[in-house]
Amino acid sequence: MNIKTKRIGTQVLSHLVLILGALIMLMPFIWMLTTSFKGLHEVFVIPPKWFGERLVWENYLQISSRFDYLAYFLNSIKVSVWVVFFQLLTSAMAGFAFARLNFRFRNQMFLLYLATMMVPMHVIIIPNFLQMRIYGLVNTLWSLMIPPMVSAFGTFLLRQFFITVPKDMDEAARIDGCTPLGIFFKICLPMAGSTIATLAIFSFMGIWNDYFTPLIYISNAVHYTLPLGLASMKGMYSTDWPVLMAATCISILPVLIAFLFAQDAFVKGVMLSGLKE
Amino acid sequence: MQISANRNLNRPRLRGRKLTDDTPWAMLMLAPNIIGFFMFMVFPILATLFFSFTEYDLIGAPKIIGLDNYVELFRDPIIATTLNNTLVFTLITVPIGMAFSLLLAIFLDQKIAFKRFYRGAYFLPSITSMVAVSIVWQWIYNPEFGLMNYLLSFVGIRGITWLSSSSTSLLSLAIVNIWKSAGYNMMLFLAGLQGISNTYYEAGQLDGASKWKQFIHITLPMLSPTTFFIFIMSVISSFQVFDSVILMTKGGPGRSSSVLVHYLYQNAFQYFSMGYACAIAYLLFFIVLLVTMLNMRLERKIKEIF
Repeated sequence: MNIKTKRIGTQVLSHLVLILGALIMLMPFIWMLTTSFKGLHEVFVIPPKWFGERLVWENYLQISSRFDYLAYFLNSIKVSVWVVFFQLLTSAMAGFAFARLNFRFRNQMFLLYLATMMVPMHVIIIPNFLQMRIYGLVNTLWSLMIPPMVSAFGTFLLRQFFITVPKDMDEAARIDGCTPLGIFFKICLPMAGSTIATLAIFSFMGIWNDYFTPLIYISNAVHYTLPLGLASMKGMYSTDWPVLMAATCISILPVLIAFLFAQDAFVKGVMLSGLKE
Repeated sequence: MQISANRNLNRPRLRGRKLTDDTPWAMLMLAPNIIGFFMFMVFPILATLFFSFTEYDLIGAPKIIGLDNYVELFRDPIIATTLNNTLVFTLITVPIGMAFSLLLAIFLDQKIAFKRFYRGAYFLPSITSMVAVSIVWQWIYNPEFGLMNYLLSFVGIRGITWLSSSSTSLLSLAIVNIWKSAGYNMMLFLAGLQGISNTYYEAGQLDGASKWKQFIHITLPMLSPTTFFIFIMSVISSFQVFDSVILMTKGGPGRSSSVLVHYLYQNAFQYFSMGYACAIAYLLFFIVLLVTMLNMRLERKIKEIF
């Protein structure tokens, strides 16, 4: 066997393994999509059918008549946009201070940030719930919006970036009378674009998909976020699988779109989250 | 040139005062972050420790009861059950999940067409919410009309009641979690594989080592830092598994799929024994810490061996 045919053989084998892997990973999504276009009578059949006779678009139209999908969607968007914005702002400013300013206890303080990243969220959730209860914010969106405005991981990420920016420039800027705040906004922040994009995508994904926090804070359906609303819909209409699947498909869309447009930022984010330890 | 000239001018003054002191500016820029960090991270960590020594039902004031909650941890048979379930869950998900994602990474780590497509497909479950995932998988696991039993019927396996039987509920959850996190781990493995210099393989080929030999003697040892990192992260995250449990089985049937965090959640937000829940939280914290430290030591050992 010559080298060329051997190479082609390896390629074919590789594709077989990779396609099998892709089938395993994508099968549930395909199943979700095809079920969302089936009629109810086509769902409860043995053996299961991959496709219905026609595309039942009505399933998608029925979502909003069944429950307040739009309100949940808007709640989720409100919480996500708010949290991402403030997380980026506080992380970037603090990351800059930790990386480039001289002040007492800087390293000790940063070590404290690093140490808390190891703590499971379940260790802090109870006192945070009690705090929110005291402030009267339980069962409002504020309970989901206020605590995550600061992120130790985000601060760490931005600090690691700002430390790589050469210091020559801000020394020059300081002599020209530029304050640290000016250096931050005019010199350092514009350079941090890709790190900020990565943090934005990761924190958006985390908040958009979060089920645990709203489960604890929110019991009034008016303030449900999408994951909570979807889970409650599952409880109520667990037999109407096509409509449920349609609602599920739509809930995935925002993150999916973000992923398709910024796959590389996602990849970078995974690598950076690997620095966490 | 301008910049370096300025810098030289600036040097002596800087050295005289040792370093510029930016404390006022640092305070200004750090303030929002530090306030939030102390309010919602540092203070709660300490508060949970305090509450773990109390009995607190949200109605009265917390009553200090010393170590009673921790003593109860050892006596409570449900803690033993949930700890055992958590351990079994970890023992299933971590090795199988890591082997599966390493396999995908190895086949993807070469010049191959559609690389971006494969990578995207594998990563898709990782970016999907557990709520969406649980809805689909509950339908897939449906004993009568579900896809899983249909596919298994081709190999002669029939009638498994996945989520609703106490012998398979934990396994069913493990499968979903393996599926969901495989893509993420695959990416980390891929980065590790790409970090191995080609010269090792070239040397291996010159010595006439087979692909398998190369894998055992080059890839695995060189990959061990990545492997250890993924191992520890997987163990820690599977000790904290909760969302899939509450969404798909609620810990049932019976307590067959109830894990540590599920019991913590029940104590805090269903039975309102906040004090006991805090003690469970610290038990979890202690386990996570232990795994981290154990791993650091193990990693050092392994590095000595190779």
